[in-house]
Amino acid sequence: MKKLTQKMEFKPFCVLVAIILICGVISGGDFFKITIVEGHFYGRLIDILRNGSRYAILAAGMTMALGTGGTDISVGSVMAIAGAIACSIVDGRILGGLNGNVFVAVLIALLAGALCGAWNGFMIAKLKVQPMVATMILLTAGRGIAQLIADGKIVTITSEAYYNISGGYILGLPVPMFIAVGVVILFLLLTRSTAFGIQVEAIGVNPGSSRLAGIKVERNLWIIYILCGITAALAGLIESAGIKGADCNNCGLMIEMDGILAVAIGGTSLAGGRFSIISSVIGALIVQTISTTIYAFGVAPELTRVAKAVIVIVVCLIQSQAFLTQVKKIRIGKAGKKEAPAV
Amino acid sequence: MKKRLLAFTLIAAMGSALLTGCYAGYPAQTTGTAPAAEAAKPANDKLVVGFAQIGQESGWRDGETNDIQWYAAQHTDTIDLVFADAQQKQENQIKAIRNYIEMGVDVIAFPPVVETGWEAVLTECKEAGIPVILVDRGVDESCADLYDTQISSDFIWEGQQAADIVGDLLGGSGKVVELEGTVGASAANERKEGFDGELAEKYPDIEIIASQTGDFTRALGKEVMESFLKSYDDIDAVFAHNDDMALGAIEAIKEAGKKPGEDIKIVGCDGVKGAFEAMVAGEMNGTVECNPCLAEQIFDTAAKLKAGETVDKWIVSNDGVFTQEDAAAELPNRTY
Repeated sequence: MKKLTQKMEFKPFCVLVAIILICGVISGGDFFKITIVEGHFYGRLIDILRNGSRYAILAAGMTMALGTGGTDISVGSVMAIAGAIACSIVDGRILGGLNGNVFVAVLIALLAGALCGAWNGFMIAKLKVQPMVATMILLTAGRGIAQLIADGKIVTITSEAYYNISGGYILGLPVPMFIAVGVVILFLLLTRSTAFGIQVEAIGVNPGSSRLAGIKVERNLWIIYILCGITAALAGLIESAGIKGADCNNCGLMIEMDGILAVAIGGTSLAGGRFSIISSVIGALIVQTISTTIYAFGVAPELTRVAKAVIVIVVCLIQSQAFLTQVKKIRIGKAGKKEAPAV
Repeated sequence: MKKRLLAFTLIAAMGSALLTGCYAGYPAQTTGTAPAAEAAKPANDKLVVGFAQIGQESGWRDGETNDIQWYAAQHTDTIDLVFADAQQKQENQIKAIRNYIEMGVDVIAFPPVVETGWEAVLTECKEAGIPVILVDRGVDESCADLYDTQISSDFIWEGQQAADIVGDLLGGSGKVVELEGTVGASAANERKEGFDGELAEKYPDIEIIASQTGDFTRALGKEVMESFLKSYDDIDAVFAHNDDMALGAIEAIKEAGKKPGEDIKIVGCDGVKGAFEAMVAGEMNGTVECNPCLAEQIFDTAAKLKAGETVDKWIVSNDGVFTQEDAAAELPNRTY
């Protein structure tokens, strides 16, 4: 039992369950209602799974970048690029020879994501530019690139096959969830069954001594940022599929903040070192649950951001060890005072 | 050493690619203004209009640019257009306007990229005696007597028209949800004001059961609609403050196993091409146009101002209202 509570994943998981339970109670059970519509499950929890998947996928990549003490703030723009490429190909606007082949479009979009990641990796690993600054280049330029690809328009497509990336169902559950689970399993295998995970943590703690210890710091950074690019591209594909179009101006706008937030809520230190992908995925689900909750309870539009902020603050406080010890101290202090006169 | 050389060439290549990327729009701007500027001087009998466009920000904005350039190209014998692209920056717009003053154009027209900070340059226009037309956006109150007229849509009217479409579709009673635009945006505030006011006045039996912001985007329009559908099973119609949110809502409604356009009526604003395609497919019921094709009104007004006539302080642009019946006929004309 002690072991379980000390796991990194324990606290965020409790928070997630608590938020969902509180929502369920306030809504009088409405929040949990799952029905079957046209052969698939339908309900708010399913929405959280589907819409939270793209955060989960992003957070999985982001966790490793943050684990090395770096960060990748270009993910939103990379999402836009991937969406623009895939939709343009499916629409036949570019590479018409492919006849809008969805599979090839997805592959090329993922490759583009990897390329963006490689550019970040090159800046960070080779040129030793600070990760925040290095990825800021793509954050600003990436959206412009996406605009160029999509010709400054929202490319609308009608392909049902492409739509299924976001709106499809397997065994009655949304496809993005399976993509997210796949990504997480792959990343867990990579970080927990090989030395890669420990190397990442080592780089996060001290890159210099890691290098002296024989860890290929540069190579690992390349791999991490390329993976980040690919996960961002995947998230971009899901988002663009969901709306049947590439909205370059808005796709993934400010999502890097949600991604970092998910990782932080999960408990991974932004300073690098110990990380847990599962925690981040739970963090991602918390982020999504918060917005789903806000819509579910009909918070006034002017207050949605404030409401979100308040919940995030509460979640962060629960996560903060310093805060909890302070609370404990105050409680002990109070107890101590009561006992004092008696002595 | 070899590796370093390789790295260096790579940086050089990518750097130059970046630079050319950044400046891709720039030559177009200078070539656009320079020849026109030379041409503008001798031909005094022509109407010379300086237009300082914001830049490329959306399909709507591109539609406006295309319309103005197309219209000017059709009337080269009477109109000289001096066009500048400000690349979303106020200082570039101000620079372009100062340039027009120096050139001595007849009329200056521009969509102010932001509301504030125009006092100085508009005063310069006034001192130079050049009339100013604000296009599709306004400036802040303090500049009210520094420009001559504003040509833009009436968002309140758009909201009212949408309410009328919804009222007709529902036969005067039912439950409506509203997808609002970005909080604080004038298009969102005024469309809401018009829609809510008209419904309350003309169709008292139609109730707005929920309203939430979808930030004018498809993705959020869809997400908010998903939530509405779970909170209420008896939604009769959706009013979205722009067509993109309406298109997102369509996907959410389909997922809930209902038929968009039939089980739940959908009305949007803007009149983008995608909305017309959805109407032709029977998945959307109506849209109130927010017309970017303002060229004719701009140049007509400019001609009047040049001739010294007075014009209204606010000229409402010619916006249309479209429903499924006329969607198919109108679709080929959609440029944005």
